[in-house]
Amino acid sequence: MAVSEDQELIVEIKGLKNCFGEQVVHEGLDLEVRPGEILGVVGGSGTGKSVLMRSVIGLQRPVEGEIRVFGQPVIGRDDSELQGIRKRWGILFQGAALFSTLTVAENVQVPLREFYPRLSERLLDEIAAYKIVMVGLPPDAGPKFPAELSGGMRKRAGIARALALDPELLFLDEPTAGLDPIGAAAFDQLILDLRGQLGLTVFLITHDLDTLYSICDRVAVLAEGKVIAVGTIPELLALDHEWIQEYFRGPRGRAAEEAVEAEAESKAEAAQKQGADR
Amino acid sequence: MSSVARFTENVQDGRRVLRFEGDLTLSRLGVLPARLDRLKGNGFEIDLSGVGRMDTIGAWVVHRTARDRSARIVGASEGAQTLLNQVSQSDQPVKVRPDPPPPMQRVLNQIGSATLEAGRTLRGLLAFFGAMLISFVYVARHPRRFRINAVVQRFEVVGVHAFGIIGLMSFLVGIVIAQQGAVQLRQFGAEVFTVNLIGRSAIKELGVLMTAIMVAGRSGSSFAAQLGSMKLAEEVDAMRTIGVSPMEALVLPRVFATVMMMPLLSFYAAIVAVIGGGIFCWVSLGIPPITFVQRTREVVPMTDLWQLLIKAPVFGLIISMAGCFQGMQVKSDAEEVGFRTTTAVVQAIFLVIVLDAFFAVFFTSVGWL
Repeated sequence: MAVSEDQELIVEIKGLKNCFGEQVVHEGLDLEVRPGEILGVVGGSGTGKSVLMRSVIGLQRPVEGEIRVFGQPVIGRDDSELQGIRKRWGILFQGAALFSTLTVAENVQVPLREFYPRLSERLLDEIAAYKIVMVGLPPDAGPKFPAELSGGMRKRAGIARALALDPELLFLDEPTAGLDPIGAAAFDQLILDLRGQLGLTVFLITHDLDTLYSICDRVAVLAEGKVIAVGTIPELLALDHEWIQEYFRGPRGRAAEEAVEAEAESKAEAAQKQGADR
Repeated sequence: MSSVARFTENVQDGRRVLRFEGDLTLSRLGVLPARLDRLKGNGFEIDLSGVGRMDTIGAWVVHRTARDRSARIVGASEGAQTLLNQVSQSDQPVKVRPDPPPPMQRVLNQIGSATLEAGRTLRGLLAFFGAMLISFVYVARHPRRFRINAVVQRFEVVGVHAFGIIGLMSFLVGIVIAQQGAVQLRQFGAEVFTVNLIGRSAIKELGVLMTAIMVAGRSGSSFAAQLGSMKLAEEVDAMRTIGVSPMEALVLPRVFATVMMMPLLSFYAAIVAVIGGGIFCWVSLGIPPITFVQRTREVVPMTDLWQLLIKAPVFGLIISMAGCFQGMQVKSDAEEVGFRTTTAVVQAIFLVIVLDAFFAVFFTSVGWL
């Protein structure tokens, strides 16, 4: 599988500082993403979750700090030097950011054509085809244009494009925002499945408590311009911080927690039943 | 550690075996798929035991070869087997591009849809004009709903901000007409008639036409782009639900402002063109400004000015309506905003020139020579 053999950190952020004019978004922000994990990033609106992601992928130049991806520094390097890293990550933007003049299949082929111009047309078509099926799009979605797709399908097409190069690291910016609960749950499952099959590391920005509870290995909480806590949800719940308590213990947080517990229980029961049947 | 993917062909115990080595990943595949395609024969064995890393694209290439050549895969590691299962599950007939229709059908299809589109545009434009008249009548009966602030703001954007560019353009056009006319008229020794040429053409035709083209490019396009973006962002829908009529709030102020500004801008453009021509006559032909003004007053009839003042608001109406209409037609995406903006400008300029021809025939037949 396409997992790096050594256990080096996938993303390492140290002392990051971001400003927009007078307004300081991040100051002294540290964060690590470990290989193979799904790291959820949460925070109130305006705490700079998207800015953090944009800094890591090189769309936002930080004022200070150090960012390493796959062990290599990304700040202040030329485009040509970054190409090698760009091949190894995939990004799903909030609105999917599909190219509106290209079909879904052509969208998936864009990174392939850009980085590997020598692939044959036939192989390109085949790759686009199985990627489309892999992300759960219907087989007739290939020749459609993004404007003809629903929001959920557009996000799936966005993931297909992000996965085109078989990346090791996937950035997802609010992947379940704007999806109905069924679609959102299916999308969570898709991310879990892909992680299992492809050995992905996922950097996930979300507001969706169900997503946090059901698929994230660790959660990083952004507040006051830095990461105030990182850990599994039970670890975070043990912390005595007002915002974290309110976030996870609020009515929505409790509901999500109960849902996860209920699911775990029903699974346990089913397992017991199976055992008894035998 | 990582190495280029390659394969070797051997015969073991009477069976053909392709032994793969290296990393079967996208970046290491190289010419391997092409080599596999050139391979002849069926029913061989694919030995993956020497493969290092593998990704889904490598797995796909192996899976495809196995599928097309009815080959057997052996020696796959656990991880590789997972990937192979994964891609074989995803191997479904997927359409990648739309089927191209036969050429004859495509041509007919294009003609048909172009015809329908033309009819639809015409009907839409008429409906739009009607809706605009209705809301105009409504606003006329309820003058308090007239958005004076919006109109004044448009005055500034459509009129005042256009002063510089229209002035410069008209000045240069005036000089060019004078210079070109003088060269021709000199052959008959009739250089003095350059004054007639400048005065009449600038006031009757050029001032208003050039202004119309400039306003279509500056304001008609921006109307289409503004309204188009607002439609995309659902601002227009939001307005409707709040009870604000987009016709009243968006379209009427723009149309009204353009209709009001066009005569003023056209008159200004005509005068500046005459001044440009006058300066050329003075410098180059030695006709002093006093003489030039006197000659102009003698040869340019008042009806030329009336023509300008009648045509200008009509052109303004056409330009602003084409812009607003095309803007309100935007439905799907950002690309359409660009397309509609271009269409608005092309339609406006085309209609202005067609109407100008009609006006010329009409004014001649009523004796406004």
